[in-house]
Amino acid sequence: MSLSESTRVQAREIISRYPQARSALLPMLHLVQAEEGYVSADGIALCAEELSLTTAEVAAVATFYTMYHRKPAGEYHVGVCINPGCGILGGDAIWEKLSSRLGIGHDEVTPDGKISLERIECQAACTHAPVMTANWEFLDNMTPESAIDVVEKLVSGKEVMSTRGPRIRTFKENELTLAGFDDGLVDEGVQADEQMLAGLKRAKELGQSAPGVKK
Amino acid sequence: MTLTPVLSAHWDEADSYKIAGYMRNGGYTAFKKAFATGPDEIISLVKDSGLRGRGGAGFPTGLKWSFVPQGDDKPHYLVINADESEPGACKDIPLMMANPHALIEGVIIAAYAMRANHAFIYLRGEVPHVFRRVNSAIREAYAAGYLGKNIMGSGFDLEVVLHAGAGAYICGEETALLDSLEGRRGQPRLKPPFPAVAGLYASPSCVNNVETIANIPYIVNNGVDWFKSFGTEKSPGFKLFAVSGHVNRPGIYEAPLGITMRELLEHAGGVRDGHKVKFWLPGGSSVPMLTPDLLDTPLTYEDIAAAGSMLGTGTPMIFDETTSVVRAVTGWLAFYKHESCGKCTPCREGTWWLSDVLHRFEDGHGTEADLDKLIDICSQIAGRSFCALGDAAATPFPAALKYFRDEFVQATNAPANESFDPVAATVFAGATR
Repeated sequence: MSLSESTRVQAREIISRYPQARSALLPMLHLVQAEEGYVSADGIALCAEELSLTTAEVAAVATFYTMYHRKPAGEYHVGVCINPGCGILGGDAIWEKLSSRLGIGHDEVTPDGKISLERIECQAACTHAPVMTANWEFLDNMTPESAIDVVEKLVSGKEVMSTRGPRIRTFKENELTLAGFDDGLVDEGVQADEQMLAGLKRAKELGQSAPGVKK
Repeated sequence: MTLTPVLSAHWDEADSYKIAGYMRNGGYTAFKKAFATGPDEIISLVKDSGLRGRGGAGFPTGLKWSFVPQGDDKPHYLVINADESEPGACKDIPLMMANPHALIEGVIIAAYAMRANHAFIYLRGEVPHVFRRVNSAIREAYAAGYLGKNIMGSGFDLEVVLHAGAGAYICGEETALLDSLEGRRGQPRLKPPFPAVAGLYASPSCVNNVETIANIPYIVNNGVDWFKSFGTEKSPGFKLFAVSGHVNRPGIYEAPLGITMRELLEHAGGVRDGHKVKFWLPGGSSVPMLTPDLLDTPLTYEDIAAAGSMLGTGTPMIFDETTSVVRAVTGWLAFYKHESCGKCTPCREGTWWLSDVLHRFEDGHGTEADLDKLIDICSQIAGRSFCALGDAAATPFPAALKYFRDEFVQATNAPANESFDPVAATVFAGATR
């Protein structure tokens, strides 16, 4: 698939954010994935052209970072954190269950293109272990059963809400968000959830606070 | 010791992440005070506060700012390290989700102090909802006239750009972050020159952690004496402690530095019912594990160091007796192997060897000679790598061997999953949640 002229316009908008053009490369690669579902040869060529780099220079960057896919990701790219903080608390069991149910392994996609799976490293949500992600939205405090439930809903086109974020949209849609284009979803989901508020709640129960804070 | 919510004090208000919520609670008053005070005075104030970097290293923040040369006619850059990826660390991401304006106001003050007219927030890519919250906060701040040209008639200009990374733990290392922000592979740079002299675009730059910068408005507004009324002389202030693992109420607990792990654990509801602490890590997988007899250690930079570990990110992970140390350490080494950037030989090769040999133990067929080999490899990585990732990779195993040698010996003839039922360690097996 070739990239549209509007993609090129968006790429130039990204470039305009930076004092030096090359800084735009990472968000531009997110933009390419928003169009193509992966970092395609056309996408690499577009980045190279717009930034006056060689395609080899762009590919060298694209292959360094794990979020850039070298073949199309699933419509829903599902991650299971297997770093020990999550893995021991249940992430490993969730991975086994999901992987065997879907019949795919790490970095593989279901034949219908709906789901791809990734064994992810720490998602900075250890207080919510075991943690999963769908197109990088948080799915916190998971169990093997809730993991299967979420994935089955995604496959059948039912709405799934992130536990700390909006309804799960497609991989391509979220990549456009990460390229820096507003999606209007900032107000979806809670401002903070149970684990984020655990200390504040406890402090209020005990009547504790930070003394002397000026308003 | 009591809990002292400051950064997290209003997270239970539905609009805590919006400018209205932040301002209702005193937000965006500190930067005006800072503008009236003067940049050098702000650097002095932050120096005097004793604030230490909350990203893991604990370097004095004001001192770091003062390294940025002034009067040099070069552009200066402030770069926020929002690449929180350390296993166990989960305090910057919640902070940016619930209170991003504290970061933005801190950015305004820090940039003003070091005369930077351009600031970048380098956020790890895997958190789109945090990206939305921070980007929205930036837009709100521009709309209010707190960012942009000639802010509030001060003559100070500041542009702030949110930048998504793309999945690389190494980009939390400040020079790798700068290379990544320049559109390159995220590999660390040789130091010197340090970023203060030649950082982003080879210009004077300062890279600061999210929580560090979010502290700034509160210090400016409430003063040095107030800030130093929390914590200890060497570790002043308060901290977002993220307590995770086998505890009844995992979560964010904001308390003065110097609270003990035992006190913090009590706030978090204790270790899950019917179990006891086996080992704990004060601040991420990159710091040595500690044992239950050290739970009364105050969580300060100096006390945790004296106990043989490091405060790191101040995000303790607690594991109970159902946990296989062999499995945990093998998992962490798989992580460092995955995240090693490949630039230097000791880390690139050493992490693979450590991971491979540890897998033998996890599978139940390590040998006692392998234990010596692992220690030998660690000693070849630590202090001989290009950046701190190598040192971090060489950290989990020696500490684990020191406290749990028997378990590694046991793993010379029994797989970890036979010695320790993995189901028993999950939160959904007889769990409290």
